[in-house]
Amino acid sequence: MLRLLLTLLLLLPLATQASEGEYFITAKPAEQVSLLEGWAAQPDAARLPLLDNLHQGRIAEGDTRKLRLNNRLRGLLENTLASHQLLSDVAKVRLAAAQQLQKSAQPAQVAFLDRRYAIEADAAVRAALGLVLANLQLAAPEPSVRLAAVRLLGETGDPMARTRLEALLEPGVETDTNVRTAAETSLAQVKRKLLFGELLGQAFSGLSLGSILLLAALGLAITFGLLGVINMAHGEMLMLGAYATYVVQVLIARYAPGAIEFYPLIALPVAFAVSAGVGMLLERTVIRHLYGRPLETLLATWGISLILIQAIRLLFGAQNVEVANPAWLSGGLQVLPNLVLPYSRLVIIGFALFVVLLTWLLLNRTRLGLNVRAVTQNRNMAACCGVPTGRVDMLAFGLGSGIAGLGGVALSQIGNVGPDLGQSYIIDSFLVVVLGGVGQLAGSLWAAFGLGIANKLLEPQIGAVLGKILILALIILFIQKRPQGLFALKGRVID
Amino acid sequence: MNQPLLVTASQKAGPRWTLATGAVVLLVLLALPLLSLLPEGHSLHVSAYTLTLVGKILCYAIVALALDLVWGYAGLLSLGHGLFFALGGYAMGMYLMREAAGDGLPAFMTFLSWTELPWYWAGTQHFAWALCLVVLAPGLLALVFGFFAFRSRIKGVYFSIMTQALTFAGMLLFFRNETGFGGNNGFTNFRSILGYEITAQSTRAVLFLLTVSLLVASLYLGWRLARSKFGRVLTALRDAENRLMFCGYDPRGFKLFVWVLSAVLCGLAGALYVPQVGIINPSEMSPTNSIEAAVWVALGGRGTLIGPLLGAGLVNGMKSWFTVAFPEYWLFCLGALFILVTLYLPKGVVGLLKKRGEQ
Repeated sequence: MLRLLLTLLLLLPLATQASEGEYFITAKPAEQVSLLEGWAAQPDAARLPLLDNLHQGRIAEGDTRKLRLNNRLRGLLENTLASHQLLSDVAKVRLAAAQQLQKSAQPAQVAFLDRRYAIEADAAVRAALGLVLANLQLAAPEPSVRLAAVRLLGETGDPMARTRLEALLEPGVETDTNVRTAAETSLAQVKRKLLFGELLGQAFSGLSLGSILLLAALGLAITFGLLGVINMAHGEMLMLGAYATYVVQVLIARYAPGAIEFYPLIALPVAFAVSAGVGMLLERTVIRHLYGRPLETLLATWGISLILIQAIRLLFGAQNVEVANPAWLSGGLQVLPNLVLPYSRLVIIGFALFVVLLTWLLLNRTRLGLNVRAVTQNRNMAACCGVPTGRVDMLAFGLGSGIAGLGGVALSQIGNVGPDLGQSYIIDSFLVVVLGGVGQLAGSLWAAFGLGIANKLLEPQIGAVLGKILILALIILFIQKRPQGLFALKGRVID
Repeated sequence: MNQPLLVTASQKAGPRWTLATGAVVLLVLLALPLLSLLPEGHSLHVSAYTLTLVGKILCYAIVALALDLVWGYAGLLSLGHGLFFALGGYAMGMYLMREAAGDGLPAFMTFLSWTELPWYWAGTQHFAWALCLVVLAPGLLALVFGFFAFRSRIKGVYFSIMTQALTFAGMLLFFRNETGFGGNNGFTNFRSILGYEITAQSTRAVLFLLTVSLLVASLYLGWRLARSKFGRVLTALRDAENRLMFCGYDPRGFKLFVWVLSAVLCGLAGALYVPQVGIINPSEMSPTNSIEAAVWVALGGRGTLIGPLLGAGLVNGMKSWFTVAFPEYWLFCLGALFILVTLYLPKGVVGLLKKRGEQ
C-alpha cells in the first residue's frame, strides 16, 4: 500500500507536467501569454523540464508535434524559464538565470524574487538578484521604494545599472527630487566603479601584451647580450613557432583527433625544436662569419627574415591560417561585471613567467649557463679557460630562437597567424631590449611589462598611434639618463 | 721595380677611367630627357615610363648617397632614412595637392567632410614655402632626434633600432586619417606644378634634369666633404670615437651636422620623387624601405661616393625586372643579396672593381 502511494507520488509531477504541456499547446496565444506570466510569477521546480522542452521548440522528448511561438511568447518563455531556474541547486545556473532576469523581469514577479532574494545564499547570485529587484522597483509608484532601488543600483558596478540610471535621469522620467538627487549620486558611484574595472582591464591587457613582448624579447636579449648582434630575423622565429603550432594542430586533427584538446602542449616542444633548429643553422652558416660587425649582421639577418617570410608565404599562402583555441583556453574569468579575463591570456602570462624562470635556471644553475655567462662577460678570457665559445654561441643562439618559438605558440592562441606575424612584434621587442639592458633577465622582465602596461594605459587616452610615439620619445629621453638600460652592469664587465 | 710602376699606372689610370665612365653616364642622363621630347615613333624616342623609372632610381641614388654620408663615413647606420625622404615628398605633395584643388580643399579632406585646412597646411599654396618645408621638416626632425641621440652617445645597433622605431612611428602616424595627410592613400592625382601640367613631357624632362643636377650637386658636396678635414674627422669618428675624443674633439657637432645634412638631402630627393612618380603614401616610411636603402649602399660599397649610386641603380634595376618577370622570387633575391653582400662583399662592388684594378 505504502509502496503504491509512493509510486503515485512520484508519478504526480510527471502527470501534471504532461497535462500542463497538453493544456499549453492547445491554448490560444492570448491564453498562453497569461499562462506563462502566471508560471513566471509562481515558479515550480517540477515545471522545469516542460519549460526546457518548450524552449527547445517541442512539448516533450520524443513528441513530434511542432511548437510554434511568436516573438512575444518566446521572450516570455525565456523569462519564465529563467525564473524557474532560480530554483536550481546549482549556483551557476541561478546566476545565469538572474542575469537573464535583469533584462526581462516583469513587475508581477516581484513577490517571488523578493522571497528568493531573502533566502539566496550565494553572494554573486544574491547581488544579481538585488539588481533584478532594483530594476523592477525603479518603476514602483512609491518614491521610497524607488529611492531604495536607486541606492541599491549605486552599489553595483554593472554596466546595466548605468543605462538604467541614465534612463531614469532623462528629463521628465523621474519627478521626485529626492530620488533624482539619489540617482545622480548613484550614477556617479556606478561610473567610478566602472572606471575602476576599465582601468583594471587595461592594466590586464597591458600585462598580457607585456608577457608576449617578454617571450619575444627574452631570446633577443640573450643573443644580443652574448654575441652583440641584433637578430632581425628574431620576429620570424616567433612566426615559425606559430606556424609549427598550426601544423601540429592540423596533423593531430587528422591522425589523433582524440588529443586535439591538448595540441598546444604538444606544439610547445615542436615549436621550440623548429625555431631552435633554424636558429642554430643560421648561426652556423651566416651569423658566425659576421662576428664583430654588428651592423652587417643586422643587414644579413634582415635578409634572412625576408627569405623566411617569403618561403612561408609560398608554402602556406599569404592569407592568415586558422589556429583554434582548445576548449580549456576559451572563455574567461568574470572578475567584475565589466571585466572578463580571458583564460588564454591568463595562461600566457603564467607561461611567460614560467619560461623566464626556466631561462633563469638554465643560465644560473647549469654548466651551459655558466659558459654563456662567461662568454658574455669576456669572450677571450672564457676561450682561454677552455670554454668552447663557438659551441656556446650556437647553443645560445638556438636557445634564444627556441624561446621565440615558444612565444609563437602563445601568440597563435590570441592573435592571427600570418607570414607577417613577426614583423609586428620585432620593433617593440627591440625597444624592450634597449630599455632593459643587455643580457639582463630582470631588466627584460621589467621593461617588457612596463612597456606593455604603458602602451595599453595610454592607448584609450590618446590613441594607439600617439601612445606608441609618446613611448618612443620617453625611451629616447630615458636613455639620456641610463644609457645602459634599466639594470646596468657595473664595474669591469662593461669594457 | 716593376710593381710600383704598375701600381702608379693603375692609380693614374683609375681616376681617369672613373672620370670617363662618369662623364659618359652623365651625358646619357642629360640626353635622356631631350630624347623623350622627340616625337613618338622616332627610333631614339624614350618613353615616359623609362624616363620616370630612371628618374625614380636617380632619386633613390640621392638617398643612397645621403645614407652613405652617415653610414659609410660617420659609421651611423640609419634605418630611418625613408622617413626623411617621405617627409620631403609630403611637403612637396602638400603644394601639389593645393595646386590641384585650386581654392577649395584637397579632395581627401572633402571626403572626411573637413571644412578648413589644419594649421600646418597654412601657406603651402606657395611654392617657395613648400620648398622651405621640404628642407625644414626633415632637417628639424633630424636635428631634434640627432641632438638627443648623440648627446647620450647612442651608437651602433642601438642607433639603428631607434631610427627604425622612429620611421615606424612616423608611418603609423601618417596612416591615420586624422593626421591630415590623406591616411592610407596619401597624396595622388596631382595636376600641375607652378602652372605647368605635371604629366606633360616637357615638365617631366625638366624634373628629370633637376634630379640629375641635384645628384651631381650632392656628389660634388660629398666629394668636397670627404676631401676636407671635416671628412677626415668623420672617418676617425667611425673608426675610433674614443681616441678622437681623447684628441680633444667633440664628436657630437660633427655627427649632428652630417646627420642633418643627410636628412635634408633625403628630403630634397623625396620632393623630386613625388612629382615624377605622382604618388606619395605612408608605405614609403615603412622600415622595409629604409633598410633596403642600406643594402643599396652596402652592395655598391660604403665609404665611397660612386658605390651607393651604383648600388641604388643595380638593386632598383633588378627590382623592376624581377617584379615583372618573377614577382614571387624577388624577396628571395633581395634577401640573398643582403646575406651575400655582407658575407662576401664587405667593400661592395666598388671594392671588387678596385681589387681587380690593382691586380
